[in-house]
Amino acid sequence: MAVIEQLTQDFLRTKKLPHIWCPGCGNGIVTAALVRAIERADFDQKDVVIVSGIGCSSRAAGYLNFNTLHTTHGRALAFATGLKMARPELKLFVIMGDGDCSAIGGNHFIHSARRNIDLNAVIVNNHIYGMTGGQHSPLTPAGKKATTAPRGTLEREFDLLKLARGAGATFGARGIAAQPRQLEQLITRGAKHKGFSVIEALSPCPIAYGRRNKLGGAVEMLRDMKDSSISVEKASSMEAAELEDKTITGVLFSEEAPEFSEEYHKSITKENA
Amino acid sequence: MPESKPVLMQGNEACAVGAIHAGVRFYAGYPITPSTEVAEQMAVRLPDVGGVFIQMEDEIAGMAAVIGASIGGMRAITATSGPGFSLKQENFGYAIMAEIPCVVVNVQRMGPSTGVPTAPAQGDMMQARWGTHGDHPVIAFSPASVYETYYLTIAAVNLSQKLRQPVLIMLDEVIGHMREKVTIPETGKLMVEKSSSNVPSDWKPYDEKGLTPLVPFGFGHYYHVTGLFHDQYGFPTGDPPQVERALDRIHNKLKKYRDEIMFTNYIGHKEPRVAIVAYGCTVRSARAVVKKAYWQNRLPVGLLSLQTVWPFPDKEIEALAEQVDVIIVPEMNMGQIVGEVERYARGKAEVVPLNRYDGEMINPDQISEEVGRWLS
Ligand SMILES: Cc1ncc(C[n+]2csc(CCOP(=O)(O)OP(=O)(O)O)c2C)c(N)n1
Ligand code: SF4
Ligand SMILES: [Mg+2]
Repeated sequence: MAVIEQLTQDFLRTKKLPHIWCPGCGNGIVTAALVRAIERADFDQKDVVIVSGIGCSSRAAGYLNFNTLHTTHGRALAFATGLKMARPELKLFVIMGDGDCSAIGGNHFIHSARRNIDLNAVIVNNHIYGMTGGQHSPLTPAGKKATTAPRGTLEREFDLLKLARGAGATFGARGIAAQPRQLEQLITRGAKHKGFSVIEALSPCPIAYGRRNKLGGAVEMLRDMKDSSISVEKASSMEAAELEDKTITGVLFSEEAPEFSEEYHKSITKENA
Repeated sequence: MPESKPVLMQGNEACAVGAIHAGVRFYAGYPITPSTEVAEQMAVRLPDVGGVFIQMEDEIAGMAAVIGASIGGMRAITATSGPGFSLKQENFGYAIMAEIPCVVVNVQRMGPSTGVPTAPAQGDMMQARWGTHGDHPVIAFSPASVYETYYLTIAAVNLSQKLRQPVLIMLDEVIGHMREKVTIPETGKLMVEKSSSNVPSDWKPYDEKGLTPLVPFGFGHYYHVTGLFHDQYGFPTGDPPQVERALDRIHNKLKKYRDEIMFTNYIGHKEPRVAIVAYGCTVRSARAVVKKAYWQNRLPVGLLSLQTVWPFPDKEIEALAEQVDVIIVPEMNMGQIVGEVERYARGKAEVVPLNRYDGEMINPDQISEEVGRWLS
């Protein structure tokens, strides 16, 4: 453990701290889990690239000591696709908010999944547009309130991992900020998986989401998150009715399929030969 | 430079070939008439040189992927037309702000909106200048022939790399689809200006002291790239003096390298009374007019063609206005560049727009009629 804690420092731009996040925000927990996962995956620091979109969570890129690319809202995966195709040896982690990934970036998300390009998408799902002060996102649960849904949203939310799987992603996992060690392991597994990996990290936003929906402060939100979650292993022996309000955590799917950047570069070498 | 035999080539193809000869190894885009041939040519040719071609899910993604590849160290290009050009604007501005080299080709078609997809027009000239938000510098070239398309594409790639500034090639549909002879230098290798690969240990991505070459990701120089205003290491800042300095920085590099950016060409009478200022395919009709009026009839007529439209050739127009009574500006739009000509003529010469916007080219007769009016 001591070794990990120490090396983590190299991966943080400590001079850039303190971060901009509100007290009680889950972004710091998810970022820390990501850093430890990169450490565990044993990648060379110079090969690691962090790409992010726009949102509170995407600001994490600025605090991480790698080559970091903070892009435009929703487009992180498209930037990452270009970089990965140009430099397949690089290890890319793409941090996105729930709105960033599934609303404005939804198109890039499904197509990255379809291509099965070797990117590690880490989606910080706080069920809300945090940065702009609490508008509803496609991952806001139906009935929950937002500044743009003052009576509760009538829209149904995406199940991000079902969406990813349906679109062709080959690895999908869900973790929660309330269980950072598990989250770290999930990101590590995603990082080692060759293909498009989706890691959804549930994260509390007490300021723009919790307060309006009377969910309490960060402590209550984390506790509730933990109480309502259940591991995929336990869930497998339970009835659908029992699982209705549960968040299933763990690796939900992991499959092998040809990876796009590798296939592309193999194909052109063949043509050249 | 050893030259091979002339070949017959389409403008869009010349653009693709020029890009590859300038070292471009990455294309990402989305098909749209009349630019599609650029993508198709790249799809055929890039694998042969170990390059990457990828058809993205939309133009926004095409622009983003090109920037991503460029940060990875690959010279990269994308091509589109009207509606796609609109979609690219946000990320195009990102490339300007983050100083990531890339080339964007817009084979112009008639708009607004879906317009007439197959008809030529020069209606995107102001969008090229101001299409993305904020105060930003822009470089845009406008070729008048297939030959110019080839060479300006090479210039665009090199310049973009050197200045770390995206460069636009505003092709006309007519040029993109026209077949003409081009003499292509053997291999094209001589034309690639390689940026230095020895990086000093105190390298900074946005050095306050001036322009530094981009060190691609993955070589152990850990820096940040963002569309936010940033300091010399790339980290976000909202500090007013730093913000001002950062905006000056991206504008000043274009001023400093003006001579390398500005391509214009004058033909005709040494002491003209009537001048035509044109760009893109309209240059061809204007040239025919000057041929007849000056070369055959020795009339005081001349043509200043603008291969560089942005930044606007202000000094060139000022000098011309000192000499002539009138400047005629034929454009296949309702009058866009004419406003700039007027601005820099500063009242020294009359500036007359000559517009056509029915999806047809401006022909020489239209221009010579106007020229005749001013000569009599
Ligand atoms: C093109 C564009 N549209 C809108 C915005 C404004 N905007 C910034 S962040 C954001 C939403 C962020 O929500 P999410 O992606 O969930 O990230 P969070 O802040 O919750 O981490 C929006 C709408 C923008 N920056 N760019
Ligand atoms: S608004 Fe929410 S997501 Fe954003 S920093 Fe504050 S708590 Fe975190
Ligand atoms: Mg969010």
